[in-house]
Amino acid sequence: MFDISPTEWTAILLSLRVAVVATLVATPLGIGVAWLLARGRFWGKPLVDAFIYLPLVLPPVVTGYLLLLLLGRRGLVGEWLADHLGIVFAFRWTGAALACGVMSFPLLVRPIRLSIEAIDRRLEQAASTLGASPWKVFFTVTLPLALPGILAGMVLGFAKAIGEFGATITFVSNIPGETQTISSAIYSLIQTPDGDTAALRLVVVSVIIATAALVASEVFAWRATQRLHGH
Amino acid sequence: MLRVDVVKQLGAFALEVSFASEGRAIGLFGASGAGKTSLINMIAGLLAPDRGMIVLDGETLDDTTKQLHIPAHRRRIGYVFQDARLFPHLDVRKNLDYGRRMNGLAPDPAQEARVIDLLNIGHLLDRRIGALSGGERQRVALGRALLARPKLLLLDEPLGALDQERKAEILPYLTRLRDEVGIPIVYVSHDPDELRLLASQVAVLKAGRIVAFGGTDVLPV
Repeated sequence: MFDISPTEWTAILLSLRVAVVATLVATPLGIGVAWLLARGRFWGKPLVDAFIYLPLVLPPVVTGYLLLLLLGRRGLVGEWLADHLGIVFAFRWTGAALACGVMSFPLLVRPIRLSIEAIDRRLEQAASTLGASPWKVFFTVTLPLALPGILAGMVLGFAKAIGEFGATITFVSNIPGETQTISSAIYSLIQTPDGDTAALRLVVVSVIIATAALVASEVFAWRATQRLHGH
Repeated sequence: MLRVDVVKQLGAFALEVSFASEGRAIGLFGASGAGKTSLINMIAGLLAPDRGMIVLDGETLDDTTKQLHIPAHRRRIGYVFQDARLFPHLDVRKNLDYGRRMNGLAPDPAQEARVIDLLNIGHLLDRRIGALSGGERQRVALGRALLARPKLLLLDEPLGALDQERKAEILPYLTRLRDEVGIPIVYVSHDPDELRLLASQVAVLKAGRIVAFGGTDVLPV
């Protein structure tokens, strides 16, 4: 039962790579967006807010198809990116990472935004009276205080990214070794006669990864909270 | 030394204050809601006046006719808040060192030792903020402000959140600070006794206006 085949290993490692890259690239962006939504006052903020949450409420296949229209090889932006910068997302693992990043973005942003909103802004004022410029205030006070939320967002985003299926398969298809993640491998195996055992193996692997991520997030959150409450 | 002439509308509340003082220990007296905190927030640069100017030791910090507003982080004005506002993610030592680091000042161990000794906080250096009592927090906040080497120190009811016993514990530190540190202070309080002890000059604030200005004799008995 636990004799994992090379194809399955490939899918597992690809899933991890896709989810890790998606999370690492999305996190700085997510912190920026969360900060804007928490602190910014600008025209059209409700629209930006709604746009960020769109992947959460749209059918994943719609998001995947929109990505294809936009960033496919002949897509609105994709063609330009490919011709001028040589960047291709369609049917590449990078495209899978992009799809996962987009799909997990709302889940990543939300806890970060909440933690930034919960920060006592008077601490930031105190920092500025001590000579900290707005950037220094951000990096020495805001960011460390938002850390529990950032870690929670990263774990949620990672968990979503590793499980993403609909948008990924629509955007980059299901190519073993390139875009076949655990989810799409399970999907393929279920459709294959005698694929049940292999599918089950990958299901167990998924459960292990998800559980490990959740436990890690609990530990991180606990440590961060301990630190913030000064014990 | 300090010249303030500002107008600020805050909702329905209008603050209109003008005074100039050469005192080294200026008291700002008034009931809560008189506009004391808004006024020192303006001196600190946390709040910009609608109209007017603020000048400290010949340096113009605010001048609305020239659209000049030096932001708080470039004023080098220390601020001790009623609620201390220590950084919970840093220990006492790092809180104390924060202003020096942010201003890019060279370490000055002698000055550090003097301040730590003055405020008697040497035994707290490795503590987390959560493990400090109210009085200890306030002493660390004073130290943190002093170690940023400010040109002026604003104290906004630093004893306001403390009970009588803690007040009695902190007051001697404040008088030592005034007498030994050589940084001019603006001390905000609604307690006339505190001001009689600490201030050499007093402005009495009422409903956003200064109604009396002079020695401690302008304070109500």
